[in-house]
Amino acid sequence: MRKWMLAGAAALAVAFTALTPAQAEYQAEHRGGTMRLVARSAAGTLDPQINYTLQYWQIYQSVYSGLTAFKKGAGEEGFEVVPNLAEELPAVSNDGKTYSFKLRKGIKFSDGRDVTIKDVVASFQRIFKVSSPTSGGFYSVIVGADACIATPATCTLEGGVSGDEAAGTVTINLTRADPEFLYKLAVPHASILPADAPSTDAGSVPLAGTGPYFFSAYDPNKGLTMSRNPHFKVWSEAAMPDGYPDAVQYDFGLTDEAEVTAVMNGEADWMFDQPPTDRLSEIGTKYKDQVHINTLTAWWYAPMNTRLAPFDNLKARQAVNYAIDRKALVNLFGGPVLAAPVCQVLPPGFPGHVSYCPYTKDPGEKWSAPDIEKAKQLVEESGTKGQKVTVIVEDTAVSKSIGVYLQSVLKEIGYDAELKPISPNIQFTYIQNTNNKVQISVSQWYQDYPAASNFLNVLFGCSSFTEGSDSSINIAGFCDEKVEAKMKEAFALAATDQAAANKIWTEVDRMVTDAAPAAPLFTPKHIDFVSKRLGNFQFNAQFYWMVTQSWVQ
Amino acid sequence: MSAISDTIDATPKSRGPWATALRRLLRDRAAVAALVVFVMIVVLCLLAPAYAQWAGTEPFKSTLDAVIKLNGQDVPVMEQSTEGLGLGYTPIGPTWQLGNYFLGADNQGRDVMARLLYGGLNSLFIAGMATVVTLFFATLIGLAAGFFGGIVDMLLSRFLDILWAFPVYLLAISLSIVLIAQGLDLGIITIESGSLWLPIFIIGVVYVPYVARPVRGQVLALRESEFVLAAIGLGVPSHRILLRDILPNVSTTLIVFVPIMMALNMITESALSFLSIGVQPPDASWGTIIQDGQTLLYTRPMVALAPGIAIVITVLALNVLGDGLRDALDPRSKIRIGRS
Repeated sequence: MRKWMLAGAAALAVAFTALTPAQAEYQAEHRGGTMRLVARSAAGTLDPQINYTLQYWQIYQSVYSGLTAFKKGAGEEGFEVVPNLAEELPAVSNDGKTYSFKLRKGIKFSDGRDVTIKDVVASFQRIFKVSSPTSGGFYSVIVGADACIATPATCTLEGGVSGDEAAGTVTINLTRADPEFLYKLAVPHASILPADAPSTDAGSVPLAGTGPYFFSAYDPNKGLTMSRNPHFKVWSEAAMPDGYPDAVQYDFGLTDEAEVTAVMNGEADWMFDQPPTDRLSEIGTKYKDQVHINTLTAWWYAPMNTRLAPFDNLKARQAVNYAIDRKALVNLFGGPVLAAPVCQVLPPGFPGHVSYCPYTKDPGEKWSAPDIEKAKQLVEESGTKGQKVTVIVEDTAVSKSIGVYLQSVLKEIGYDAELKPISPNIQFTYIQNTNNKVQISVSQWYQDYPAASNFLNVLFGCSSFTEGSDSSINIAGFCDEKVEAKMKEAFALAATDQAAANKIWTEVDRMVTDAAPAAPLFTPKHIDFVSKRLGNFQFNAQFYWMVTQSWVQ
Repeated sequence: MSAISDTIDATPKSRGPWATALRRLLRDRAAVAALVVFVMIVVLCLLAPAYAQWAGTEPFKSTLDAVIKLNGQDVPVMEQSTEGLGLGYTPIGPTWQLGNYFLGADNQGRDVMARLLYGGLNSLFIAGMATVVTLFFATLIGLAAGFFGGIVDMLLSRFLDILWAFPVYLLAISLSIVLIAQGLDLGIITIESGSLWLPIFIIGVVYVPYVARPVRGQVLALRESEFVLAAIGLGVPSHRILLRDILPNVSTTLIVFVPIMMALNMITESALSFLSIGVQPPDASWGTIIQDGQTLLYTRPMVALAPGIAIVITVLALNVLGDGLRDALDPRSKIRIGRS
């Protein structure tokens, strides 16, 4: 009981202040023990410049550092970018195209070697050498990136990233101003690694990092162990605070049900996967003190292929938007406590979001009810009635139940709908590739960083669409000249006036929502189910639960 | 009537082999009971559309916002938890009122009883048609291999060996994964993805060696029997010998295989559908309903239990019936099922 009271006090303290004397006190009292995490499976390669999963990005926060970081604070504090390996946020010059960083001194990798300018420059080159999934997206603005993307093996980023060992500085030159560049430097793909890190995917071999922990063992079929980095000293509480447990043991291979049972029995401190729906009621009643629910900046949506019948017809896409009962989908996800209906691209609380709901019974700011009659009428008018439509979903319980519902709705408004559940391992790439002629699918998008473009430009920008590619994240194939021009206007304005740029993004959000390249379904909330002994739970809006900021003793 | 004719009439009539077999079967109480149970299950499943219409329920449509009358009160089909944090939506449980969500609802708010009957219809259809496919190809291969021998036998037997070398479920799962998204196009036969004929074809094919090998063995023995050798010596064409002399003699074996294969096929279909690679939604089979119920095991176990019980009863009935048929048609139990 005493520990819980302290945990509550600690959460408040961290929310309003940086490092306080109380935190040092907590460190003394709660430091130690082994935290045990469980998940259904591993999340692939351990290489921080390649892995693109929330599961590992979450634990990288205590292992790897970039020049900048998202603040390790509770709630929306997590959206703030703070200097990490850099002494301070960079001086930006040359019309927003040149960033100059000064590297902190005395920081060591977990293998005992000093972090040098050479490591920083090599790490940026490595992003391209290992063909990081965001090398062509986030980092293509760096001078020399084009050559690196074309021939990764010989990447030098000449003129793009250069270092001055004597002065301890790194300079990054961009081809154009990018107001989101500091965000991009704060994600794990821009982690600083030893210069001799392999130029290929490190796979299951852990690479040395600079955080308070290092990966001491990894077997994707069994588990992952994080141990204390003996060379770590706190250089910034905001960017890289020390952790409480001495070790974190992450076990893989449990079913969702087994994960819940393990946490209930105190055999595990946290489960990565969402608890199965049939256990929610039990968790929410008998274990309600061990549940943490937080809003996510994410959405579940049904992208419709704007280049393929019947959804190359605006009225057909609008019909689907009118017909879907968001409330029903919220219920399928676990009820209003775990999700909320949405009508537009930008999630609530996100920069540029202004509530807008054109496709509902009573159009306005909020979704009210489906309008099946209007949907049927639009299908008639579109001349697409009776066409065959295949819904592609992940073969997971929630996705499949949403797919079954969508199929039912499509049939009701006049289509000959069928459902194809596909293994979650391939569904995301399958629906992106135009060769597969996917008409409509169910997908999710969680923000990489807090900028409207991360939804609007990434999901509906012309540059995000590539014919015949597995990496064409603009699944709807939507490309509209007016929308594109507006996005460019917002990008240009953001370099000088972010607030004004966000207003433009609001307009873009409305334009895309009106064009209906996707049917927004709902914005999910995140449920963390933790053990009784786990204290000091803090949820960071950027990377979710801050694992090592909780204690287990 | 004269005394002589009385004497003749008193002589026991010699029954045909089929009548004898039927008599033996009807004496087997367990087999008769199994047959009755199986027929009842088939009839109940055939009544699925009538039941859905009578109950006013749409078993293939999501009805998440439906409300039913239960004991004079309006009750939502999907109930939101109101205790604690209010997490989770739970479908209504069994009402035990026929026509009114008798077995409760699944996670789409659909009547489980109606889906159980429709699912049974599909499961029985697939199991039955897959049995036809298996027996057709197995008979063809068994007859050809056993009768013609030589290179024909060698090639066909090796083909069966190769097919038999794969574990049945592994082969069925592999074929399903490959074909489920694209369908099957063999030129003369085209089966669209999502069609019930896809699991029928897959299940039918993987069990061909199971039947073909004993059939081949029997044909090999029959090929050397005197009446077949005589027919060959008289110059009777091969196809006639096969159809008139050999096929009738292996027909008892094939009949015994019918219930056994149906039972096996039903379990295989359920397994494939449970793995999402059999019957595709919104069609239902007992396997898909079990899969639907998997996510409701803690709160609404009846969704998974009901089709599970249905499978157990049907398969048990078919197996007992199969045993009865074997005893009736072949009291010496010549058929040995297995790899030997």
